[in-house]
Amino acid sequence: MELYELSLHEVAKKIKDKEVSIKEVLDSVYSRIDYAEEKVGAYLSLCKERAYRKGELLQERLDRGEDIGILGGVPIAIKDNICIKDMKATCSSKMLENFVSPYDATVITMLEKAGAIIIGKTNMDEFAMGSSTATSYFKKTKNPWDLERVPGGSSGGSAAVVSSDMAFASLGSDTGGSIRQPASFCSVVGMKPTYGLVSRFGLIAFASSLDQIGPFTKDVEDMAIMLNAIVGHDKMDTTSVDLEKKDYTKYLDKNISGMKIGVPRDIINGLKNEEVKKAYFNAIDVYKSLGAEIIDVSLEYMKYSLSTYYIIATAEASSNLGRYDGIKYGYRTEKYDDLLDIYKNSRTEGFGEEVKRRIMLGTYVLSSGYYDAYYKKAQKVRTLIINDFRKAFESVDVIVMPTAPNTAFKFGEKTANPVDMYLEDILTVPVNIAGLPGASIPAGFDQNNMPIGLQIISNAFEEEKIVKAAYAFEKSTEFNKARPSL
Amino acid sequence: MDIEEKIKEYEVVIGLEVHAELSTKTKIYCSCSTEFGADPNTHCCPICTGMPGVLPVLNEKVPEYAIKMGMATNCEIARFSKQDRKNYFYPDLPKAFQTSQYDLPLCEHGYVDIIVDGVEKRIGITRIHIEEDAGKLIHDDFTGSTLVDMNRCAVPLIEIVSEPDIRSAKEAIEYMKALKGTLEYLEICDCKMQEGSLRCDVNLSVRKKGETKFGTRTETKNLNSFRSIERSIEFEIRRQVEELENGGVIYQETRRFDDNKGIGYAMRTKEDAQDYRYFEEPDLAPIVSSEEYLEKLRASLPEMPNARKKRYMEEFGLSDYDSFQITSSKKMADYFEKTVSICNNPKAVANWIMSDFSKMMNEQELEITETKITEENLAELIGLIDTNVISSAIAKKVFIEMFETGKMAKEIVEEKGLVQITDTSAIEEIVNKVVEANSQSVNDYLAGKDKAIGFLVGQIMKETKGKANPKMVNEILLKVLEAKKNS
Repeated sequence: MELYELSLHEVAKKIKDKEVSIKEVLDSVYSRIDYAEEKVGAYLSLCKERAYRKGELLQERLDRGEDIGILGGVPIAIKDNICIKDMKATCSSKMLENFVSPYDATVITMLEKAGAIIIGKTNMDEFAMGSSTATSYFKKTKNPWDLERVPGGSSGGSAAVVSSDMAFASLGSDTGGSIRQPASFCSVVGMKPTYGLVSRFGLIAFASSLDQIGPFTKDVEDMAIMLNAIVGHDKMDTTSVDLEKKDYTKYLDKNISGMKIGVPRDIINGLKNEEVKKAYFNAIDVYKSLGAEIIDVSLEYMKYSLSTYYIIATAEASSNLGRYDGIKYGYRTEKYDDLLDIYKNSRTEGFGEEVKRRIMLGTYVLSSGYYDAYYKKAQKVRTLIINDFRKAFESVDVIVMPTAPNTAFKFGEKTANPVDMYLEDILTVPVNIAGLPGASIPAGFDQNNMPIGLQIISNAFEEEKIVKAAYAFEKSTEFNKARPSL
Repeated sequence: MDIEEKIKEYEVVIGLEVHAELSTKTKIYCSCSTEFGADPNTHCCPICTGMPGVLPVLNEKVPEYAIKMGMATNCEIARFSKQDRKNYFYPDLPKAFQTSQYDLPLCEHGYVDIIVDGVEKRIGITRIHIEEDAGKLIHDDFTGSTLVDMNRCAVPLIEIVSEPDIRSAKEAIEYMKALKGTLEYLEICDCKMQEGSLRCDVNLSVRKKGETKFGTRTETKNLNSFRSIERSIEFEIRRQVEELENGGVIYQETRRFDDNKGIGYAMRTKEDAQDYRYFEEPDLAPIVSSEEYLEKLRASLPEMPNARKKRYMEEFGLSDYDSFQITSSKKMADYFEKTVSICNNPKAVANWIMSDFSKMMNEQELEITETKITEENLAELIGLIDTNVISSAIAKKVFIEMFETGKMAKEIVEEKGLVQITDTSAIEEIVNKVVEANSQSVNDYLAGKDKAIGFLVGQIMKETKGKANPKMVNEILLKVLEAKKNS
């Protein structure tokens, strides 16, 4: 077995026990990247020199007998919308092709404090807008399970690098499913924590009230470790909450007897993909066999989630992306006579189609005369959706449903009609609308051997329940052990 | 057409939007300094320059200052308030939105009282909200390019919006002075208008007297001196009346006033008015103020002009008008009190401040603390009068020199030998000399022409270069004349 095939907690232990050196681990991962990246295309940039330098420092400290942290020496990849000082943060956009961040995101500081070594930045949908990573200006990332198919998105690169053993874990961001859906498509563990649990400082904003950073890992234990590293109050982020720290690894417990698991029956019945449904009901059977109590829940307003989402997210995006105006940084057109030209042409040339579509949508819904009918109404519906979940969680510990209505699709399959693409998010966006945590864990494969994910959702700030439910499921199944052959 | 006569047929309706830069040490959403005048782009960071991925954190002093201003201007203070994004593109606005407040401002429904031509008037305050300033564009003639200085980006501001209660340039100035005074009392704004830390937009319309509907208003932006506020208002009144009298129409438009040329011109009309697409700033939590917090703030407010005015009337026996004028500026009132504490003659201090001193300050557009005359110096001058060392007439001359040079009163008096003559025999000598030399005037006086005495006094003062004690001169002259009458 190669080093790169290990899980995060396995490799961290080997480093700590000095069975392997950090350099050996880095060598192993980079050699894997040398091999697999050509096929998968998940990285936008690598920072080898920086990684080896950090590795040396960590090794020295370790050799002196110091504790180098829970992620001590572990190579980790970062989605390219998270800022790292002196490194590019492109958001996979021509607009930010040459943007080098002057500062570190809080999660980066925290990861490095925990001993992680950042090895590269991963591909994504442009400005995190998409469900396929195909809107990237720079390259196509392929699904490691089938190179003809998309890895999901928007954090497709971060999912693919973990799935193909090109990193032990990675960070992504999730605004409407951008961690969970690619995790599902690539058969890895992906979690979006509660809004406010992980600092957003340094995450290049798409939709501020929905964005959240979260980890991709090879298994649930690794997810708990990553959460331990990145969860915490940040005074640089007003929306980050100040709660007592939890050790999520304490909830890695197979015994879930008596746990109440909610099933939104109406929503499941509405799904068309029989293979996804089959995998889902199989998962329910697993839970039953573990002694969990299965309870039907009703999420009446969930059907309005998608329209609510596409109003709120685009409205916020239209404002957040205003700063890319060709003046201070990023792309500037060469064709201009006056200021208005700079704005118009830089943005026309610098943004891709999907980004422009969403900026226009968001501008429209905030315009005077339309604000009440769209944005204000969407905010009201958002409250109804939050209440829906709140009510459901009065009777259950977690709610489970498939992560995505379908498995990974082929390139070009859903690009003709944007709405078809948007519909892929239908099971993930409600969680962002309500600000709740949700994880996707491997739960099966369809007849094309494409992965199917199970989504586990808990009430706000109860990630430990997700950890517990996910861990018990993982330990009772073999899905997470399968790796794509490249 | 006599335009001045026509203007009298119209009523002017004015509302002011006043922007005051708050004197917090750091900016509104980051820890950069707010200091004025630093080298371009040295007081900025990724946050205030709108780098990708940054988030704002509200400086707590900002709502605190705004609430204090609201309390001092009799506003209702919101228990729940929020911040909103005002979206528009401009190179001095790096985020492409200004964080401001839209529908839930911190303070609403207040007022201030002003006195114009002796008549008290109440001006309503619609709202006070917090927002961030934008950067500064500097046109570089050398390269023909425009440069951006982001030092001022995200310096905290409050915007104070008045009701359309103002009816003249004079009222507008008094209202501005009242706000300035309050800001200074609260020590929340340095009110340096020439540096732009206090500036205003004038909304103005006219209507025929008796008309109940408002006319179409224009907004003249960014006026940063009392003089330009006054002149721009006078200009705009005249322009609107002329336009209407000539059968024209007033367009709702944004205007600029060129202080050098003394004329205003249109910048953009309502047709290209921007849609700012306001919405709640999702990166900032609502501002929730507890009763306890507000009580604490209320208790921390300093003595405000009204209370101070009452105290001056009671403690110092000053008139209503003098007390109002002196206390309307904190700097002036502090100056007054310090001077009084040294010379212990409040009425004299008030007289000096209200008359000669104010006149000279106004001429040179100086504030009392910017003049060369210290409290100690003014107190010394008053002391010299009170102890009969110099006469009031001499004192006025000494004062002018003090104002110009900053020298101490005593020094000037000694240098120029201005000490008053209070020696009876010396005065008698001069009186006798003048009486002898002016027999015609003496005869006039003896013939019952009382006026003649004034001429004689004048001659005596001339002879003594104004240094003789006027009271003694009068007494001795009368005595001498009386003696002549009886002889």
